[in-house]
Amino acid sequence: MAKLIDGWEVVIGLEIHTQLNTNSKIFSGSSTTFGQDPNTQASLVDLAMPGVLPVLNKAVVDLAVRFGLGIDAYIDKASVFARKNYFYPDSPKGYQISQMDNPIVGLGHVDIQLEDGTVKRIGVTRAHLEEDAGKSLHEDFAGMTGIDLNRAGTPLLEIVSEPDMRSVEEAVAYVKTIHTLVRWLGISDGNMAEGSFRCDCNVSLRRPGNEFGTRCELKNINSFRFIEKAINVEIERQMDILESGGRITQETRLFDPNKMETRSMRSKEEANDYRYFPDPDLLPVIISDEQIEAIRAELPELPKARRERFVSEHQLSEYDAHVLTGSRELADFYEAVVVAAGGEKQAKLAANWVMGEFSAALNKANLEITDSPISAEQLGGMIARIVDNTISGKIAKQVFGFMWESNGQSADAIIAEKGLKQETDTGAIEAIIKEVLAANEKMVEEYKSGKEKAFNGLVGQVMKASRGKANPAQVNELMKKLIG
Amino acid sequence: MTDLHRLSIRELSEGLAGSKFSSRELTEHYLKRIEKIDAQVQSYVTVTPEQALAQADAADALRKSGMANVLTGVPVAHKDIFCTQGIKTTAGSKILDNFISPYDATVVAKGKVAGLVTLGKVNMDEFAMGSTSESSYFGATKNPWALDHVPGGSSGGSAAAVAADLAPFATGTDTGGSIRQPASFCGLTGLKPTYGRVSRFGMIAYASSLDQGGPMARSAEDCAYLMNVMAGHDNRDSTSVNVDADDYVANLNGTSVKGLRIGIPKQYFNVAGLDADVKARVEESLKKLEDMGATLVEIDLNMTDAYVPTYYLIAPAEASSNLQRFDGVRYGYRCENPVDLTDLYKRSRSEGFGPEVQRRILIGTYALSAGYYDAYYVKAQKVRRLIQQDFLKAFESVDVIAAPSAPTTAYKIGASLDPVEMYLGDIYTIAVNLAGLPAINAPVGFDKDQLPVGLQLIGNYWSESQLLSVVHQYQQATDWHTKRAAIAEETV
Repeated sequence: MAKLIDGWEVVIGLEIHTQLNTNSKIFSGSSTTFGQDPNTQASLVDLAMPGVLPVLNKAVVDLAVRFGLGIDAYIDKASVFARKNYFYPDSPKGYQISQMDNPIVGLGHVDIQLEDGTVKRIGVTRAHLEEDAGKSLHEDFAGMTGIDLNRAGTPLLEIVSEPDMRSVEEAVAYVKTIHTLVRWLGISDGNMAEGSFRCDCNVSLRRPGNEFGTRCELKNINSFRFIEKAINVEIERQMDILESGGRITQETRLFDPNKMETRSMRSKEEANDYRYFPDPDLLPVIISDEQIEAIRAELPELPKARRERFVSEHQLSEYDAHVLTGSRELADFYEAVVVAAGGEKQAKLAANWVMGEFSAALNKANLEITDSPISAEQLGGMIARIVDNTISGKIAKQVFGFMWESNGQSADAIIAEKGLKQETDTGAIEAIIKEVLAANEKMVEEYKSGKEKAFNGLVGQVMKASRGKANPAQVNELMKKLIG
Repeated sequence: MTDLHRLSIRELSEGLAGSKFSSRELTEHYLKRIEKIDAQVQSYVTVTPEQALAQADAADALRKSGMANVLTGVPVAHKDIFCTQGIKTTAGSKILDNFISPYDATVVAKGKVAGLVTLGKVNMDEFAMGSTSESSYFGATKNPWALDHVPGGSSGGSAAAVAADLAPFATGTDTGGSIRQPASFCGLTGLKPTYGRVSRFGMIAYASSLDQGGPMARSAEDCAYLMNVMAGHDNRDSTSVNVDADDYVANLNGTSVKGLRIGIPKQYFNVAGLDADVKARVEESLKKLEDMGATLVEIDLNMTDAYVPTYYLIAPAEASSNLQRFDGVRYGYRCENPVDLTDLYKRSRSEGFGPEVQRRILIGTYALSAGYYDAYYVKAQKVRRLIQQDFLKAFESVDVIAAPSAPTTAYKIGASLDPVEMYLGDIYTIAVNLAGLPAINAPVGFDKDQLPVGLQLIGNYWSESQLLSVVHQYQQATDWHTKRAAIAEETV
């Protein structure tokens, strides 16, 4: 049952534009490198000179199919490029080459997981290939507009969802799932700050059981936080109108994060008639079964499958499995740690270390996992020393700190160098215990009279005297024996 | 050497190879003729003497070094629809009056590689939309056979330049007959190749699924030489077919007229408006081919009535989109003092495009609009497939199909046909473009006013060699193609 807000059910559908990872543009040989000087990456084709023609960069086809297989979708083996006609200075041809009637990826789905652990399946209507537009530069030109066509022709995959989401939380979870997936599949860097992953949100309200209400589209939102805020703001706006007896006008709106409001860009009546028709300059994109199977064979284990495996084989909690499959790099790292730590038996310990100390250290240093100074093998090697009692968990935190700072010295080297090896010699530990007992007769009496806490205090004294190196389990056992 | 302009391409090639004359002499000769005669014909929009002479000198140097090709040093005129680096490329439009292309079209680049010398750019109907060359912003080109008549269009400048001996051959483009009809009106041979045979890269688009470049010359043999330069795969044009081009010169005698089955579509010869003289000359030429051993077979092409409406939906629809890039933003004409973006678009385009171009943009925009798209564009595409199937069925029983290239000879300049009348003049040519087939025009005599009449032969896909060969043999047996307009006889 969908969560209602004052009796209103929210209906959300999302269109995500994700930039595909290619070195050159979708229909020209120009580079797609971000942040270059204006128009230095705009060729004759990108400038739409008279007489030039588009030629499809075949790399984008494989990337789109990869995505299609990742969402278990229908792949159109003869998809068609179409022209979307409109005038705007950053659209140099006067039309955008996109796909309309035969998109390369048809109906598919993804499963999203909410924070309470519920899983919901969201339909993906289609995903189609298209080119990005250029940029209009309004600053620096008094009374004029500058046009930068570096971005014009950058390959995009537009991923269109069904109107299946019923709350902001679901919408954000869906966007995050797609974001993880495109990076996981290696088809996009998903860099939201550079605009490589942006989202249009279609939002409407209805009374449960009624038909869909009139929707508004919020354009070009490029952070998870803004998606959440924009949808919330829009829900409130629509609810105010509906509750005061008004009607929603179908329109495209812009989210202003400074004023925390959405503003009308254009109404349905003002919308362009794009006059889509198949682009006669491009042939249908023919994909063979062999090509699809070859791409399928190279597909990595998908986040969902991996999450399920972490739960079933590694005995991790749903939560841990979800966190550790947040990116393919993280999941790979975690699994390599498990192997180095001694296998699946150490999975929980490995998960705790990866999600705990290790992630905290990365965050603190503001590093990506790929830039970590400690390799998975090194971290796993250290965990193996906990497992074989060479060090205690507490000492391990020191070892980890040294490893991080030394930029990759092994745990064994650090343990040896710093003398952190755990004391396991019974005689030596007994000697320390005897000293501690002799010096703390009062506590011994307290323990004997039934105060369990006093025992822990004594153990602490022993650990302190051994400078943390005594094996805590051994200390417990020997002390009980010695106190009698 | 005052009669260099009378030589065929083969004779020019041999003359250059045998050092009977240099490319510079040849080029100067043509430039001189252009200077003296073209004021009457107005076939050139831009003449490029400096570049031409520099290319001629380079060609002569290449000859000396023994590295020359067959055509090294032979002059050519390019239709002003092909982009030429550093040279104004206008497509006959005010909107590109100031446009100097930063690159060469593939056809132009291939011409340079072959050693051709570019004399200049020749006139055309604005954006290739027209059948008279009168819609050019740069004024009407005249028919060399009768200067008060049109040369046809849209490749009217190419036709007039060659017919007046102001270029030995020229490139043209054909979207609905724009090579064949002006070739017919000016007494030339002109070949519209199979769609995909000649690269469209750098050829300013009118209707992308119909446009095709091809050669225009005095004979099939001359066309074959230029076709050898123009044809071939180009990876910058996705619709260019990756099939090796023939050696069209070597194949000139490759098809025997004896035993050739020529289909005569009975619908074509009953078209209202087919001029009696045109019909008579075409029938005489077919009789001649029959005498040479061909068999004439009456065939049905049942979709004839659908040609004009189908073409005049698809071509304008594509054009309306292709011409969106001419917006006054990056190049070309921009209106003065635009108050805002919308004003910039509206006035640049309203002032920059001529009436026929605006008419077709409006028709095409309408045909693609929401609510009309299925009824017009989609339906036209379905009919287009039926037209194609109609031809393919015919080719099961014949080798080539014969027709007039146009129902009449050249119109008088300013005859002011209404647009629909003018569109009906395309009846014999447009179906070939809709089907993507190759077709050729050959001169086959004159009407009562001494205006040329053309025979069109339509071939199956990739049969350019066959078409050139059949016409070549016809031209070996007849002399219509050797007739010259009086103006071409003028010596300078």
